[in-house]
Amino acid sequence: MRWRESSKPRSGLSGEPMVWITAMGLTVGLVMVVSLLGLILINGVTAFWPKRVVYLELASESPARLAGAPILAGEVVKRQHKTAPAASQRQQVEWQLFVGNKESYGLSFRYVDIDDIVAQRYPEQAMSIERLEYGDAIGEPLALRIQGEDEWPSDSPGFADRLEHLVREVAARRREIKRLEHSAIGAINARMTQLRLQRRTLEREDAPSGAAAYLAIEDAMAPLQARYENLAAEARELRRLQDENQLVYRIPSGDEVILPLGQIVGYYFPNQLGFWNRLGLFAHNMWAFLSQEPREANTEGGVFPAIFGTFVMTVLMSMAVTPFGVLAAMYLREYAKQGVIVRTVRIAVNNLAGVPSIVFGVFGIGFFVYFVGGSIDELFFHDALPTPTFGTGGMIWASLTLALMTVPVVIVATEEALTAVPRGMREGSLACGASKWQTMQRIVLPASAPGILTGLILAMARGAGEVAPLMLVGVVKLAPTLPVDSVFPFIHLDRKFMHLGFHIFDLGFQSPDSEAAKPMVFATTLLLIALVMALNVGAIWIRDRLRRKYATGVF
Amino acid sequence: MALPDQPLEAPDELIEEEVKILDPIIRVENLYLYYGSVMALQDVSMLVPRNQVTAFIGPSGCGKSTLLRCFNRMNDLVENVRVDGVIELDGENVNVPTLDVIRLRRRIGMVFQKYNPFPKSIYENVIYGLRIAGVTNKAQLDETVERSLRGAALWEEAKDRLRESALQLSGGQMQRLCIARAIAVNPDVILMDEPCSALDPIATGRVEDLIHELKQNYTVLIVTHNMQQASRVSDYTAFMYLGELIEFGETANIFRSPAKKQTQDYITGRFG
Repeated sequence: MRWRESSKPRSGLSGEPMVWITAMGLTVGLVMVVSLLGLILINGVTAFWPKRVVYLELASESPARLAGAPILAGEVVKRQHKTAPAASQRQQVEWQLFVGNKESYGLSFRYVDIDDIVAQRYPEQAMSIERLEYGDAIGEPLALRIQGEDEWPSDSPGFADRLEHLVREVAARRREIKRLEHSAIGAINARMTQLRLQRRTLEREDAPSGAAAYLAIEDAMAPLQARYENLAAEARELRRLQDENQLVYRIPSGDEVILPLGQIVGYYFPNQLGFWNRLGLFAHNMWAFLSQEPREANTEGGVFPAIFGTFVMTVLMSMAVTPFGVLAAMYLREYAKQGVIVRTVRIAVNNLAGVPSIVFGVFGIGFFVYFVGGSIDELFFHDALPTPTFGTGGMIWASLTLALMTVPVVIVATEEALTAVPRGMREGSLACGASKWQTMQRIVLPASAPGILTGLILAMARGAGEVAPLMLVGVVKLAPTLPVDSVFPFIHLDRKFMHLGFHIFDLGFQSPDSEAAKPMVFATTLLLIALVMALNVGAIWIRDRLRRKYATGVF
Repeated sequence: MALPDQPLEAPDELIEEEVKILDPIIRVENLYLYYGSVMALQDVSMLVPRNQVTAFIGPSGCGKSTLLRCFNRMNDLVENVRVDGVIELDGENVNVPTLDVIRLRRRIGMVFQKYNPFPKSIYENVIYGLRIAGVTNKAQLDETVERSLRGAALWEEAKDRLRESALQLSGGQMQRLCIARAIAVNPDVILMDEPCSALDPIATGRVEDLIHELKQNYTVLIVTHNMQQASRVSDYTAFMYLGELIEFGETANIFRSPAKKQTQDYITGRFG
């Protein structure tokens, strides 16, 4: 029976435990990644799903009553076990309700013990109103007050149509006001600032008052001023119209509230919606989130400026980092004499990748903003001083700071890509009579392009998700203008901008009502991940095309 | 009894007399090459006949590839290499630092052991040398592609797929493409560094046939490990050993009655 012994597997030699350990390592990693992404995905997506509004009748002694009102209404956000003191026997369940009506209640969230709930119902009439201020309102509509007409009670025929019509009208007027104030008045303002600067220059040069130059400026100013007055009056008139008509509704605690229609962004009856209506509203909410500007300390509205800012900054960063990184790597790998110095430089570059990003931010503000930007202001924008133009944080400095931070990644990846180009291919080119530079340009660089792009992908992923250095060199919580717009010279690299990563930090930790901002935090996080992923997928797509074109089988 | 190999040891003068090369294209004189402090070529002197195929044989590491790469100065790419001596191409010394290497490499093309087409189309591969020389005339480029591919016996197979990637060709086709690339710039000399070592016997046969045709217009220098190949394709053969040129002569003579014992030992397979 000796064969039996010898055929017994000896685990120590076959290495199977090691296989299991490696598999475990992978599993742990995967579980962490999947659960993180899952959490963000679920919370981020459900933030847009319209929930039903429940009316709760509370027991008379319930502490959850608002000013003694017996009814509490809202969207159920969370159901959880209460953290009860150790002495109590049973575990209590409590609901967290989003009650809205912040201006009346002074808060927007309320915890309710389910033991205190006497009855619950879902009235068809319940209405959810998205407003410009104070977040959502929840209540039952009572009447419409329209200038020069009798009051329209909510049960009168045609009330719903009329309300919808008026809200549309208000929205159109709001767009018009925005156009007037941002584009038209903005352009006039830009021109007038220019003229004022000219006048300031004249004053500094001690030109005699009443000189022709002054008069020319005055002449140019006058029509601008007149046009400004006109536009401003137009905007004022529109604003007055916005507040002309009102909606009256009763909030669950029993009070009546009169709301100017100009405050209404949108409304819906959450308890009347079927699944498809809900889905439509969900899509609408999501689109609004992607396309609108933020309101109310960023907790409402959309994040479009932040998406745009992140995208533009990442693209600018890539445009800056690629040439620098590739050229540096080319010199290190192809031209420099390999020796102690090159090795030292290479080690230093690799270590640079491990420097905390905030250090790059500090360097960025010291070097780019104060030194370079300050010098640019001295030389070219002297008239505007002491107001800084480039001597303050802005899109270009943020991009350059991040480019500096990610340049080691690109250098390392490019060096590896260059090393991987087969020697035979270079020799083939040289033997054809190509110079070293021609060989680099026509053979080596195209063949290593996929590897270089891999480095760029890593750099983009790191750069787009970075927040700390940006806070020092140009990101703000609310930027009034986008870095690219229709005012000459169209691309304003000196402007401050918004960024999704900073937006998350701002919403989650700097917001006056962090509970209300929570869905936005998740949604913004999801969006940032999606944006980074989209940029990556784009780069990978390009890389695959290049790889197919220059297939050398080395990457 | 006297040993039979005694008469085979012919004096040097005798060899010089045996090899009568009237019209040499390359003249090598007292060539030494050092990798750092290691001497890789030692006192090599020879004449390479024009429009003939000259084969270099010898065991691995004997310096035959190194010698070949001296002719188009490919050794410049290796660090710490020093080359002493004279290499004349049509009477002009190419082993001087001031030489225009690019012009030299246009006159001396090279085909490598491992076929190395560029990751471009077949068309672009062939005209690579012209492109980098700045030729943009479409008609001239088209004409060159056809001439070169015909010259490399690849035209019939490739004429319908000129725009396809060269990397889709078979190994033998790729090597012939590399030959086409080398002859596209109309060189005087083509260096071949073991051009068939990565090919199967059929592809090898085709390349060998091609070498025969090439010598109509070009001087071919070929390094090979395969002695049958040397005897099949070459007119002259040089046997190298440990960095020295041991024997050089007409291929028929070298293989039939080598003058040196080392040569005979090598070609009869006693070492190497």
